[in-house]
This record gives sequence, structure tokens and C-alpha cells, in this order.
Amino acid sequence: MSTETASREAEPQLGRPTDTSVPPESERIRMVLAGSDGRPRRAGPVTASVTYGWRALLKIKHVPEQLFDVTVFPIMMTVMFTYIFGGALAGSVDQYVQWLIPGIFVQTLVMVTMYTGLTLNRDISKGIFDRFRSLPTWRPAQLVGALLGDQVRYVLAGVIILAVGFVMGFRPDGGAVGVVAAFLMLLVFSFSLSWIWTMISLLVRSEQAAMGVSMFILMPLMFASNIFVDPETMPDWLQAAVEVNPVSVVVTTVRELMAGTYDLSSVGLVALCCAVLVAVFGPISMFIYNRKS
Amino acid sequence: MIASSDAPAVQTDGLVKRFGDEVAVDGIDLTIPRGGIYGVLGPNGAGKTTAIRMLATLLRPDGGRAEVLGHDVAAEPAVIREKISLTGQFASMDEDLTGIENLVLFGRLQGFTSKGARARGYELLDAFGLTDAAKRQVKKYSGGMRRRLDIASSLLVTPELLFLDEPTTGIDPRSRIQVWDIIRTVVDAGTTVVLTTQYLEEADELADRLVVIDHGKVIAEGTPSQLKSQIGSGALKMRVAEPSDREQAARILGETLGADVVREADPTALSARLSTDSGASAALLALEEAGVAVESFSLGQPNLDEVFLALTGRPQPDGADAAPHAEQMQETAR
Ligand SMILES: Nc1ncnc2c1ncn2[C@@H]1O[C@H](COP(=O)(O)OP(=O)(O)OP(=O)(O)O)[C@@H](O)[C@H]1O
Ligand SMILES: [Mg+2]
Repeated sequence: MSTETASREAEPQLGRPTDTSVPPESERIRMVLAGSDGRPRRAGPVTASVTYGWRALLKIKHVPEQLFDVTVFPIMMTVMFTYIFGGALAGSVDQYVQWLIPGIFVQTLVMVTMYTGLTLNRDISKGIFDRFRSLPTWRPAQLVGALLGDQVRYVLAGVIILAVGFVMGFRPDGGAVGVVAAFLMLLVFSFSLSWIWTMISLLVRSEQAAMGVSMFILMPLMFASNIFVDPETMPDWLQAAVEVNPVSVVVTTVRELMAGTYDLSSVGLVALCCAVLVAVFGPISMFIYNRKS
Repeated sequence: MIASSDAPAVQTDGLVKRFGDEVAVDGIDLTIPRGGIYGVLGPNGAGKTTAIRMLATLLRPDGGRAEVLGHDVAAEPAVIREKISLTGQFASMDEDLTGIENLVLFGRLQGFTSKGARARGYELLDAFGLTDAAKRQVKKYSGGMRRRLDIASSLLVTPELLFLDEPTTGIDPRSRIQVWDIIRTVVDAGTTVVLTTQYLEEADELADRLVVIDHGKVIAEGTPSQLKSQIGSGALKMRVAEPSDREQAARILGETLGADVVREADPTALSARLSTDSGASAALLALEEAGVAVESFSLGQPNLDEVFLALTGRPQPDGADAAPHAEQMQETAR
């Protein structure tokens, strides 16, 4: 007879270290729980949004690789398009740069906004989404905060393009004031446009699907526009489409601002686009967010 | 409506949730009193997580009603969110951030100032033995550490009601005991805990009352001892050294325990379901006196399979077959 035990086999084999004495840990937890002086005042919408934005920045700090799309990608686009199309489209690279840089500037930032949706989609598939939603905070804060945090990425991408453009001979007549004004306007537009990707990422199941659908919308928006070429040579129906394309509206305004020619009506048109984007896609996104299972 | 301070922690009435054709929660009626630990026991896919998520205002019920701390989940979700915390089944931390950054994030969202959130975060890390890991990314934490951080995040503001969805699944026995101690401490401090588990042993160890659910329906509800009186307090498993001794051993067990003895496929193995703990040592003594060489002899709690067998009279259902005799069993449990 080798073993003769009457132990409860379900009991863990490691002896309970806590059986005889109260572990200091329990005591400390007791104190921490007792020490909480009730609930602090609820975080307001602004605090909550800023906090989510801070989280986005922390993620950049810890995973700097994610900046690839806002650093290397814009450099590549600018250099490639200028030298490939420059001679053929505008006669000379030098002339084409003046035309293209504002366009590439808009195009890249618009492309980068798509990643906001992808990040959100990744969050939703994880447990952290449940914790966020179980908190007593203003619910849109998670979405708004993520979009605010992404402004840092947009700024970075924009600065890089403008720097590369400057090196390649881009000299806007509007000077620093014009460039900064154009930049600010583009940031507002990017924020507004991101709501589309936010909605898509809440609707589809996977990151790949979000990417696919976003690309499908983005491609015509970018190519049926005045980013690369003057639409004069396009067929009439396409010209009409280019004209109502919000991306063209933004590109035109950015060109004007950078050239120092103020036109309130085109700035107003961009503002209208932004307002419509937020007013339509913001509430739809929130509706889906609240019902998400 | 009952004044919210005397209302039970949770009260549901015919709660239903469907996903397409599938009914994940199929008419659950429950009353969870305030104080103590309430266990929700069920196998994979029983509907535990779905039920908890409805109570934590993350999912809208498709039918029935649920009140949490006296507030309707559909009508007043914002009020409920101020009073509860949820530690979900899957780690609800940002893996890229460090431990302290996670706590500051959730602390800020709860309304602490930056400084307040940081101080509170370090207090909790200290209490949960995670100070050394404060500045390490959560993706580098062990499973047990993640669980503790996850629970710590739920205690930044002491909740009135804490939901823990399978808090010990997938962690080692030592971490499990740590988590149990944490849960007991939280309850001592006055928080009501609702916890789901797949282990009868865990529910028995912690819960003051528990409900057994399967296929979205309640199979039994009561205190652990009420349930055990239904399913027997444990399972005895033994093996004799010589197969030829088995018949004699079976007879002795049958006499001393008054239980049905099952002859297992292994020619040396026997098992029996016990109604009380007491007979086992007498049985062991009797075997020794009769000169039966015992290879092993152990007393364990019934596992979930055995619980289902006892409660429903058949093995754990795994098809889409009709729900077990829910009403009848509930009667006997009460
Ligand atoms: N979001 C969802 N969409 C579709 N079906 C779902 C969803 N969530 C749960 N289900 C289904 O509902 C049923 C109950 O699932 P639930 O997650 O509540 O079970 P559980 O008791 O928590 O199981 P486990 O022990 O595995 O965590 C399962 O059959 C599951 O497939
Ligand atoms: Mg579950």
C-alpha cells in the first residue's frame, strides 16, 4: 500500500499560505478600500475626451512603429509623385511642386485619418471596450478623445510633407501665415472626416474589413479630385464630380490660403463640409457605439 | 419603486437576450441580495457573460426587466454605471500601457485629478503587490498579475456592486487563492460581489448563494449547502491494489456509506457519490480492517459534469436539446 490519503482532491496542492495569519496584502487592500473618500466628482466631457487623447499619445510613446504611416509614407508620396508626374504634367518638376505640395498635403492627411478607424476597431474587439463603456463618463469621449489624440499624428505628417516640399523647392506666396492657416483648416477637416471611418469601424467586424471599406470610399475621393492634376482635361461629367468632391473643395482652399489669396467663400464651404460630416456621422457613430454588443 | 438603498443588488424578471436565432439568456428570474458574494455557475456558453453584460448596462435586454441597485438597466443606465464596476472575462487593460498608466487612465475617467489618480493608482498597486511592475507594460505581465491589476482598476472608486466574470479562469492555483482573498476583502469592506465561474469548488468556497444556469435558463438556485444536499457533498474515488479485491471493497463501501458504488472501467477503480462528508473515514477504516490493500483513496467535490448529472438526471447537455427541468429543480432548491 503506497499512498493512503483522504485529502480533498479539489483543494489546490500548494498549502494555503494564508491559512494561519491574515496576509499583509489583505490588510492593505482593506485600508485602500476604506481610504477611498467616496466618488470624486464625475469627469466632464472635456476631461474625459482629453484623457482618451492622452491614452492615444501614450500608445505612440510605447509603440512608436505606428508612426511609420505618418512619417515614411508622406515622404515617399511627395518625392514619388513630384518626380514621376512633375515633368509630364507641368513641364518641369519645379513648377509642379508648387501645384502638387498642397494637394499631397491634403491627400496624405486624409489617408492618415483612416487609421483612426482601424485603431478603434482593434479596441472594440478587446475587453477594454467593455470597461470603457461601463464607466460613468460622457460616452462620446472615447471616440472624440481618439480623434483628438490623432491630431498629433496629423500634425507630424503635415510638418514632414511641408518640410520635404520646402527642400524640393516649394515656396508658397502666402508665407508662414498662409501655411499655418491652411494647416489649421486641414486639421479641422481631418477631425470631421474621421467620423466616417469611426462609423465604418463600428459597423464592420474586423480590421481588414474596415480597411477594405475605407479604401473603397477613399480612392475615388482622392483621384476624382484636383489633387494631382487640373480637372480641365477631364470629361464634363467627371469635372462635375470633382467639383462637388469635398476633397477638391479642401484642396482648392488650401492652395488659396497658401498662395495668400483669401477667399472667404471657399473657407466657408470647407466649414460647411466639416459641419455636415460631424453632424451626420457623429450621431450615427454614437448610436452604433451605444448599441454595440 | 423601492427606495434604491433597500433594493436588492439585482432583481431580474424574465430577462432575455437573443443573438440572431440563438437565445443566449432565456428568461432568467433572479434576486441577488445586497452584501456577500453571489455565484453564477455554468458551463461554456451557458449565458453567464451575456447576463452580466446586460446587468452592467453594456447590452440591452431583448425581453424582461432587470433592476440593479433599484435602478432599471434600460431606463437609468448612467446611474447604475456610477455604482458598479465590472471586471470582464477578458483582460480589460490597455496592453501597450504600463500598470500605473492604466490606473491613471481609468482614475481620470472616474473623475480623479491627474495627481489624485496617480496617488490612488500607486496605493492600489501597493495593496495588490504590483508596485514593482508599476512601470512595466501590461503585455509583459503574467496572467495572475493581469487579473489583479484588472480587479484593482475596478476598485479605484469603491463600487456598491462588483461584477467579476470568471476571475480565476486560466490562472494558477496560487494566484487563484490570492484572487479569492482579494474578493473576500472587498466583500468585507461592504461591496456586493457577483461572480461567475465554471468551478463548483470556487462557488462553494466563496459564494453565500449561487445560481446554476445552462442554455440561458436557471437550473437551480440556493445556498451552497442547499445545492450540495441535492447533488451530494462529494465524490469518492478509490483504487484497490489487486483487481480481485474490488468486489469486496465495493461491498464494504456500499455498507458503510449507504451509497451506490460505481465500478469504473479500470478493473481496480471504484467511485461513489456521498450525501455527507462523514462516512469516508469510517469506510477507509473498514477497508483496512478487512485487509483490502488500497492503492488510492480520495474525496473530491463533484465537478460540473456531476453537478449537472445530479441536477438534471442526465449528463451535461451539449446539443440544442430542450432545457432541463428548470422549474422543477428550482422548486427543490428553494
Ligand atoms: N456578441 C455575440 N454575438 C453572437 N452570439 C453571442 C455573442 N455573445 C455571446 N453569444 C452566444 O451566446 C451564448 C452565451 O454566451 P456567453 O458568452 O454568455 O456564455 P458564458 O456562459 O459566458 O460562457 P463562457 O464560460 O465560455 O464564458 C453562446 O452560445 C455564445 O455563442
Ligand atoms: Mg463568459
